[in-house]
Amino acid sequence: MTEGMTGEGAAVPAFNRGFRLRHDPVRQAWVVLAPERLFLLDEPAVEVLKLVDGARTVPDIVDSLAVKFDAPRETIAADVAAMLQDLVVKGAIRL
Amino acid sequence: MNALLPVPPGPAIEPPLALLAELTHRCPLQCPYCANPLEMERAANELDTAAWLRVLDEAAALGVLQVHFSGGEPTARKDLLELVRRAAAGGLYSNLITSGVTLDPAALAALAEAGLDHVQLSFQDADATQADRIGGYRRGHTRKLEVARQIRDAGLPLTANFVVHRQNLERLPEMLALGEEIGASRIEIAHVQYYGWALVNRAALMPSRAQLERANEAVAEARERLRGRITIDYVVPDYYAARPKACMGGWARRIINITPAGLALPCHAAETLPGFQWPSVRAASLGAIWQDDPGFNRYRGTSWMPEPCRSCDQREVDWGGCRCQALAMTGDAGATDPACALSPHHFMMADAVADADTVAEGPAPALVYRRIRTAALVR
Repeated sequence: MTEGMTGEGAAVPAFNRGFRLRHDPVRQAWVVLAPERLFLLDEPAVEVLKLVDGARTVPDIVDSLAVKFDAPRETIAADVAAMLQDLVVKGAIRL
Repeated sequence: MNALLPVPPGPAIEPPLALLAELTHRCPLQCPYCANPLEMERAANELDTAAWLRVLDEAAALGVLQVHFSGGEPTARKDLLELVRRAAAGGLYSNLITSGVTLDPAALAALAEAGLDHVQLSFQDADATQADRIGGYRRGHTRKLEVARQIRDAGLPLTANFVVHRQNLERLPEMLALGEEIGASRIEIAHVQYYGWALVNRAALMPSRAQLERANEAVAEARERLRGRITIDYVVPDYYAARPKACMGGWARRIINITPAGLALPCHAAETLPGFQWPSVRAASLGAIWQDDPGFNRYRGTSWMPEPCRSCDQREVDWGGCRCQALAMTGDAGATDPACALSPHHFMMADAVADADTVAEGPAPALVYRRIRTAALVR
């Protein structure tokens, strides 16, 4: 499924209306606020979602993270794809 | 002797995640399962705008992340727009829980512009005649269908809420289809919870086990079909469960409720509990109430628990269930929720279920509608 996310016409993830990423200064944590629920995020999810702005493509996001964490692009790509797919199922983002 | 030992300092009290702001008890609908107390607050006793603005600021500073503007019908408040704007300024995610019948495109556009994040629109049924009978409001259902479209046109995400019970549960598949048709991104199917008005009407509302099983299947089927497109939240009636629900996510753990008159409660039904002097936000800050109020601390955590909760491995999962239900059924708010199969009072739930199965064949008893006037009669 990473195939369709590279090169021309790559998917541009964006938050669906009603979902937003927010830093909570009281708990010192990032959360996604959602209709009558919220998602607590682990560190990798925060790094990905900070880059979800409705403009960057999935490959852009993978490139940024590969540089930032000095990690193999393929590993990052697989993790990002899995995480985004999970959030699509939860209704938080669209691709 | 244990009572004489000094209490060791417990872990710090986590701040609440959500504020349930019951702005008013006024409502054009008269649903006989309303979660409002039997004794409703009149407009003259409602908190004023300045007090609500202060509450919203205090909530944001305390660590609240979401505010649910509820009621009654929250749009009955003239200052709703101002409150939504203030919530947004504090970074709070705002949710409007509404019957919808008072809304129109201009009001919705203004709410969206003020920063409203989400609307939960209530439906009483998928059938207009039945819906209007339950809501006690003529042409209410038709109006709601128009408003649902207007909510989507305003760009606001929509939850369709259906409260289900014996008299409408057969139409659950139609309700799910309706939610899909009006473009809801979330559908909430909530079985009536039997406190307050609903407890008065329990015999008329409680479904039979056969009805419930068909409903569970309809929800499971829709969840599969709508996966990734529509989230379906389903609140099962705990009369039929073996373990209680974690009411409010645990007493004074995640949610703080403010009544129209400004009383702070750990749950919207807590005023039914005797022996509490609930604090007013007119006299104390939200932070001080959350941290120090004896009522909030009364059933917080696990140290208040009797057996079988105290030694149960589920005690931090269900937090002992619901205090108001324990009181309503056993006479003791500190008892294990009778919804739990381990409760010595669980037979009361089983008896009510058996009654529901028996009466399911016959005509439903008459409903007592939620009206400020009838409130006096049912006491």
